[in-house]
Amino acid sequence: MTALAQWFHRRGWRDLIIGIPYAWLILFFLLPFLIVVAMSLATRTPTAPPFGYGGDNPLINPAGYARLFTDSLYLRAFLTSLINAGVATVLCLLLGYPMALALTRVSKSWRTILLMLVILPFWTSFLLRVYAWMGLMGRNSWFNGLLTDLWNLITPQAWALQSIPMMNTNFAVVLVMVYTYLPFMILPLYANLERLDPALDEAAMDLGSRPFQVFRDVTLPQSIPGIIAGGLLVFIPAAGELVIPSLVGDAAAPMIGRIISDEFAQARDWPMASTVAVALLVLMVGPTMIYSRFQARAEGAETDGAKP
Amino acid sequence: MTRRPVFLITVLCFGFAFFYIPILSMVVYSFNGSRLATVWGGFSTKWYVSLFSNRQVGAALLLSLQIALISATMATILGAMAGIALARFRRFRGRTLFSGLVTAPLIMPEVITGISSLMFFILMAQWVGWPGQRGFTTITLAHITFSMVFVTTVVHARMLQMDRAIEEAAMDLGARPWQVLRDVTLPVISPALLSGWLLAFTISLDDVVITSFTTGPGATTLPLLIWSKVKLGVTPDINALASLIVLTVGVCVALAGLVMNRAEKRRLAEERLAYRSNE
Amino acid sequence: MPAAPHPAPPAPASAPSAQAPSALAPSAMARPFIRIEGVSKRFGSFQAVRDVDLTIGEGEIFALLGGSGCGKTTLLRMLAGFEDPSAGRIFIDGQDMTGVPPWERPVHMMFQSYAIFPHMSVERNIAYGLKHERMSAAQRADRVREMLDLVQLAPFAQRKPHQISGGQRQRVALARALARQPKLLLLDEPLAALDKKLREQTQFELMSIQSRTGVTFIVVTHDQEEAMTLADRIAVMDRGQVRQVGSPTEIYEYPNSRFVAGFIGAISTFAARVVRLTGEIAEVDIPAMDGTFAARSVPGLVEGQSVTLALRPEKISIAKTCPAAVNVVEGQVKDLAYFGKDSLYRVTLPGGDLISVHAVNARRADEGGRPADWDDRVWLSFEPGSAILLTD
Repeated sequence: MTALAQWFHRRGWRDLIIGIPYAWLILFFLLPFLIVVAMSLATRTPTAPPFGYGGDNPLINPAGYARLFTDSLYLRAFLTSLINAGVATVLCLLLGYPMALALTRVSKSWRTILLMLVILPFWTSFLLRVYAWMGLMGRNSWFNGLLTDLWNLITPQAWALQSIPMMNTNFAVVLVMVYTYLPFMILPLYANLERLDPALDEAAMDLGSRPFQVFRDVTLPQSIPGIIAGGLLVFIPAAGELVIPSLVGDAAAPMIGRIISDEFAQARDWPMASTVAVALLVLMVGPTMIYSRFQARAEGAETDGAKP
Repeated sequence: MTRRPVFLITVLCFGFAFFYIPILSMVVYSFNGSRLATVWGGFSTKWYVSLFSNRQVGAALLLSLQIALISATMATILGAMAGIALARFRRFRGRTLFSGLVTAPLIMPEVITGISSLMFFILMAQWVGWPGQRGFTTITLAHITFSMVFVTTVVHARMLQMDRAIEEAAMDLGARPWQVLRDVTLPVISPALLSGWLLAFTISLDDVVITSFTTGPGATTLPLLIWSKVKLGVTPDINALASLIVLTVGVCVALAGLVMNRAEKRRLAEERLAYRSNE
Repeated sequence: MPAAPHPAPPAPASAPSAQAPSALAPSAMARPFIRIEGVSKRFGSFQAVRDVDLTIGEGEIFALLGGSGCGKTTLLRMLAGFEDPSAGRIFIDGQDMTGVPPWERPVHMMFQSYAIFPHMSVERNIAYGLKHERMSAAQRADRVREMLDLVQLAPFAQRKPHQISGGQRQRVALARALARQPKLLLLDEPLAALDKKLREQTQFELMSIQSRTGVTFIVVTHDQEEAMTLADRIAVMDRGQVRQVGSPTEIYEYPNSRFVAGFIGAISTFAARVVRLTGEIAEVDIPAMDGTFAARSVPGLVEGQSVTLALRPEKISIAKTCPAAVNVVEGQVKDLAYFGKDSLYRVTLPGGDLISVHAVNARRADEGGRPADWDDRVWLSFEPGSAILLTD
């Protein structure tokens, strides 16, 4: 390819092919991002736009960062976000892993159809998937009624309920997160599990392992890259989620996305909104680094295997 | 492996029930005669009627489609350039930053992308007088930016998979670089371009958060309209709208799946034929 | 490189025998057509090709033979124009190729992966190169048909690449590369992707197509048998350098180094020391065989010099009685593999080292055809002219 790349280089086309998307991303992504970082160090003022920078105000104002640790609102919000996202991730894994594994065990023709059924909700509106659960969780819905009857049947009379309070709770947030993000868990897991050599399972069985031992000793260790990938694909967007907690969440215990949005739009405190945003990003960097390291390693292993 | 994995199949069934019961319930209740969205009040199609007579919905849908068409097309062009650059130009100045820039939007929480774009547009308006008004343009620009990186990912992956020798073969047979690109590279990565475009299109059509930050007066996309209604609670006409969307998507996906399945079957049959002709 | 040291006793020493070496004189070559002059290529700190000089004649089938990473593919890619040499020049038909891009070179390549365009039919693949040639549509169609006939793919013209078999794809690649009537055809591991049966058949097809078209072929291969059967001449490469150039016979019978000797065919080597030089014959002392043996001398040998004596398994005779030969050594059969038409023996030399001996089973094994059995005492003998003295 060197000849082709060199030609494009000499004629200046290369600079165009790289330069146009590069410039676009710098203008519309990097620059706005740097504005957020700078804004997090600005001072809030009653002007429009509502921030001051230099002049009467300090050039760097770390007050916002201090508030992150002193005002329990932020710490609580971060904690709520991490817990909700963490629980949702674990539940996605517990439900998604057997589903992905099952998908590798069904016949080829079924597999195509079932995979399509996993992806299908993806293509429908995200908002409407959240909305569908609002219909189910409401006090008067058939689903809530069903669960209430079940609850009243198995618990003592004294605990009997009119309906189960599901809407506007963290439970609702987690449930809807699991619902909307489950495909993100299933697909990478399936891709990973599907590539495993079934002969390894057979070898383990041949050597005397029972089905569960085969799973524990052979399948599970090999699927760790898939678990990591799926886990992060669920955890990262879930932690910064705004729509789900706004619609079904507990307003008294907001998640971090809600805080950012409210600081910005309701309180018109741009610096604080930016501070929280930067803090959230810092929290995300850790898991992302793990992910890219795993991915690099997985890809490295693959190319190693492919090359003689 | 001959034993039926009973546990796995059970979980699979449960999972699909989990996926589809809420959607089915929504569809059923769209035919509910009662004003109260969660209480059954007899069969009725009146919500569909009121939906079709609602000008707002039509306008919002049109706006959403316009934005999605433009932004998906632009995102595909820009994203493909970035994907080709990453796959073909191994070393260039700022490559590390560049590959960072095409991954970061993928993991950036939408709220942050939203407020950063909004602050950017407001400050730009103040500094250079552009954009004068937020709305169609600003939404489209934001959508292009965050959907182009999805296209980049898809195109880059396809480029890495592709046998580079075919480009060399074209050159070797007398094709000049642009002819190589036109005759070989683009046709070979065209499935990736198509799926990248579709991805960008759906992302744009579906986006609420970034759109809600970058929108301006009068620019209400369909998701924004739904968002404003849903925030007030469950309403039957949204059920009707949702059912129509599910139906449309379902039909499209089923058709695409059918076509793909057919093509796959034909390909397999042809391959078998090829092996036989080999004898 | 099998370095098989061996002890051993008996053997009558030196006896002059003088078959003159016909080798080492370059084999007849047509007019020089491709000249590679001092070509080197480095990738960063890695020197892929170092200072290669080669001259290849018109209409020749020339093989670049070597293990992976020896630089043969890089050399081929420089001929095609995909890489620029870091130093040196390449001339094709007298024209300096420096700076000539691949699409302007009168050179076509058959890629190892075949690199068939997956989105074009067989016919359009073959026609692709002609698109860039000034010719009428009718001429083009004729040429494509001619090529389809040449590789016997006419019935498959409309098929897509995924609809044909691996062997057919290989022929599409060949037809596509030949369609523009190149002066030089480069073949990168042309047979590696085919199964054994198809490979043998295709080998002969390639040779017949070459003789019909008269195009010069340069074949890159790691398979010595492929190189031996296909090529008029072979260049053996190692770590970026050409170690030896010659006809298959020269390379096999007169290797110039331990590397070439070990790379081509099986061979046993022994450390030796020259004790006396008499005309064509060098008497060498071989500790592993515990005696002095006669071998054909090579130029520049001096008495007392340390050398390596190399013996090919099929050049050694095995017998249960002591033969009347110049070089005889006694041993014991440690192992034997019976292949039907021939057998391979591993014989322990007196000092404990092993030597491989190949014997044709001229008679049925169970009717006394097998010259020796496990643990038999045997005598091995070889002609002085068959022993190869290596000085590197």
